[in-house]
Amino acid sequence: MSTLTTLALLLVAIAAGGWMFRFAGQKATANAPTFRDMPFAVAFGYVFGASLLLFSVWYFFQPTVTDAGVPNAGVVFFRWAVQFFIISTIAAYVFRLVGRAVGTEGSKKIFRQMPLTASFGVLVIILYAITAIFAQWLAPFGQEEIFQRVNVLPGGNAATGGDPMHPLGTDQIGRDLLSRLIYGAQNTVGIAFVTTCLAFFLGGTLGFLAATLQGWLDQVLSRAVDVLMAIPSLIFALLLMTIASAWAGSERWLLTVYMILIIAVIDSTRVFRLARAVGLNIVVMDYIEAAKLRGEGLGYLIFKEILPNATAPLLAEFGLRFCFVFLTIASLSFLGVGIQPPLADWGTMVRDSAQFINFAAFSPLTAALPLLAAGAIALLTVGVNFVVDWMLQRSSGLKE
Amino acid sequence: MTALVEIRDIYIDGRSDETWMPIIKGVDLTLNKGEVLGLIGESGAGKSTLGLAAMGFTRDGVRISGGTVTFDGIDLLAASAAKKRELLGKRIAYVAQSAAASFNPAHKLIDQHTEGPVQHGVMSRSESVQDGIELYRRLRLPNPEEIGFRYPHQVSGGQLQRAMTAMAMSCRPDLIIFDEPTTALDVTTQIEVLASIRDIVDQFDTAAIYITHDLAVVAQMADKIKVLLKGDEVEEADTRTMLSAPKEDYTKSLWAVRAFERPQKPAVHTSATPVVSVQNVSAAYGKIPVLHDVSFDIHEGRTVAVVGESGSGKSTTARCITGLLPPSQGVIQFDGQSLPAHYKNRSKDQLRQAQMIYQMADTALNPRQRIGDIIGRPVQFYMGLTGKQKRRRVEELLEEIELPAAQYIDRLPSELSGGQKQRIGIARALAAEPKFIICDEVTSALDQLVAEGILKLLARLQDDLKLSYMFITHDLATVKAIADEVVVMKEGKVVEQGTKHDMFVPPHHPYTDLLLSSVPEMDPDWLTNLLNERGVDNIGDAAVDKMS
Repeated sequence: MSTLTTLALLLVAIAAGGWMFRFAGQKATANAPTFRDMPFAVAFGYVFGASLLLFSVWYFFQPTVTDAGVPNAGVVFFRWAVQFFIISTIAAYVFRLVGRAVGTEGSKKIFRQMPLTASFGVLVIILYAITAIFAQWLAPFGQEEIFQRVNVLPGGNAATGGDPMHPLGTDQIGRDLLSRLIYGAQNTVGIAFVTTCLAFFLGGTLGFLAATLQGWLDQVLSRAVDVLMAIPSLIFALLLMTIASAWAGSERWLLTVYMILIIAVIDSTRVFRLARAVGLNIVVMDYIEAAKLRGEGLGYLIFKEILPNATAPLLAEFGLRFCFVFLTIASLSFLGVGIQPPLADWGTMVRDSAQFINFAAFSPLTAALPLLAAGAIALLTVGVNFVVDWMLQRSSGLKE
Repeated sequence: MTALVEIRDIYIDGRSDETWMPIIKGVDLTLNKGEVLGLIGESGAGKSTLGLAAMGFTRDGVRISGGTVTFDGIDLLAASAAKKRELLGKRIAYVAQSAAASFNPAHKLIDQHTEGPVQHGVMSRSESVQDGIELYRRLRLPNPEEIGFRYPHQVSGGQLQRAMTAMAMSCRPDLIIFDEPTTALDVTTQIEVLASIRDIVDQFDTAAIYITHDLAVVAQMADKIKVLLKGDEVEEADTRTMLSAPKEDYTKSLWAVRAFERPQKPAVHTSATPVVSVQNVSAAYGKIPVLHDVSFDIHEGRTVAVVGESGSGKSTTARCITGLLPPSQGVIQFDGQSLPAHYKNRSKDQLRQAQMIYQMADTALNPRQRIGDIIGRPVQFYMGLTGKQKRRRVEELLEEIELPAAQYIDRLPSELSGGQKQRIGIARALAAEPKFIICDEVTSALDQLVAEGILKLLARLQDDLKLSYMFITHDLATVKAIADEVVVMKEGKVVEQGTKHDMFVPPHHPYTDLLLSSVPEMDPDWLTNLLNERGVDNIGDAAVDKMS
């Protein structure tokens, strides 16, 4: 009850602050339009935001260890988050500045119009791509190499249970976590990329075919897709993977191939829907009619007339779909049927160290173990979504 | 007496590509109570922007960078949002171009009508409903008692436009801004809307700014006319002076457009084989019949104009000829030989001989292809030219349509103006070296001066290349300018056909007569005279209904 009362009092105080802020603004600026036409909700929002910011600053400078010698985990995690946020912002800003200064006229223009979120997203994607491509050279050790010391904590500081040789620590059987994270980028991201490409090839081709030919082909394909979409996708994938693992037997690599195919088919249904909808909007255009009346064939219609006009929404969907595929693979791996050990994979890494999250209150460093792989997944998802948002905004012609 | 609206030396900028470009450059405007000002100009002249500025309003990405706007002594640019909220809707109202797009499809008309008066506290809801019905009656809407209780999609375009005018009148404003309220309507419907707008503005002594690009319309509506060109005022005068003695060259050129007319060509030999012969064609969309026994011939080097209101089957006839909609009965002959009904069964050469130019150049050109590719494709497809030969042919075609090849060949359609896009559409049709071209409302989306250029180009190409045209239009001025023969269609039937000369000289079929007399003329007394002649209850839809 007392928490509720405190919250209510706080809200009332902020509301009063908002009113005063607006009133003071009106007096100070001699009724300038900004303050004169400001709705109360906006003034409330300003004060609320300012209070939140003040609280954050105060919380940031709290001691990390309480007087009793117990670590103050909340403050530790909050500091990490804030530091990460600040570093990301600076990196994105610098990246955008560099992009504006270097490159062709066209690329410079793109960077000039880019919001900070999008430049962060692009930076993340580039970094992940580099990591995935050059994993063999970047990783200090092999992904299957086992060391003497198990469960080394991250940080690389011997005093806090770390080891300078393993800056991010080791797992339960003594494999270097940094190396596994880097190889994980190659496995998880690489497989997700291949799967998404396959899903787009399948779904895009069939979707455009359905949109252009319509009639019974459209009916058959669309109903088939409806049936596939009616089954919950993760459970469906899980079911099929169980069957596939029986087929694959002891051939582990075959299971990965099956997984790519299964996820590609399941995700291609969503691509089909989009490609068909976008295609239907394009085939009613007069230029398609003109091409049909000219006597053009199906291939020319789809690849020369429709596809160039559908690239923007399809590209945006590609980014989004990539995230979903990537998360599905991580989920399957977490459940034990995805990418098979000893191959490093972020989903498996989260599962293996999941129980350490229980130590968060006593030892933040221990809890950081599952957070590393989970953070790698989250970061890529957020980055890709930032880029997709920006692309969608550009293609729909919205102004900020 | 002080003016109701006074705009002094206003500058308005629009944001494009990170810089502010001027849209309006220092225009003055004065409007007294009860006065109607006509704003005319081409698209991009800043008519709408200036009209909205009179409400103290700008669209997103547009700002007022200088000058003042005063409404009844109130400085609108300095007024607070709360103050403006009090004025807009209550004392200043706005009627948009497309009523169909401006009504909320989820609410009944009367609910949208009463929102303004109730919000502003002018009337209670029940009073406002009664008042709405009264306004519907005054605007001569059919069934005024119950029409308000329909949803927007249940009402025709012309009726919707009047319902919107009623909505603007609901608070009895001092000023209404009409932004091209009749541009999207047929001529017979346009008259109803014009007459009712004029009456109601008179009755309540409302001041109005009437924005349009149609000179004849503005001549009926306005007390005085202001001509805008690229954000500058060209001239302003009262309507009669402006019509009889325009001062500036630009205004004179606007007036002169309507004078373009080709001489009537001699009659064709009855024995000559027509290029295209439509014989007893009937067609249906699914089970709904849309064409009934349509027949007409198009001879070499002639233009046949197909005229009618929307829904009369003009475009459907074109779809039958091109083979997009196979007719249920009848045949299409080309040079004396029957064409297969469906375009997929026609040979490449048959397809090549008949080309089409579309109304909306925006949707007729693939936005992702360069001009060279758009025109080059039929050259390559039909003539088999590639590489340098193809490029040379494209350059020739561009010269043919009077666009410098070097400058335009590598552009995208979005980098061209509306008239230029339409020219590219013509070049694409010419690239196939056809005998016959269907022109589907090719000038109706263009400004009058630009449209005249397109018509002259088409006329010249016809003479040079002996082309035959089927010219679909609802604009009788265009018919007068370019046609040799005219086919009048109504509800899927041919009502009357003959040479242009026959068509514009009485006696007519009564429907042709109605169409002809509904075309606004430049005479400011035209509407008054017409209404007196026809009687108040015998215009527009009512007149059309009586005929069938």
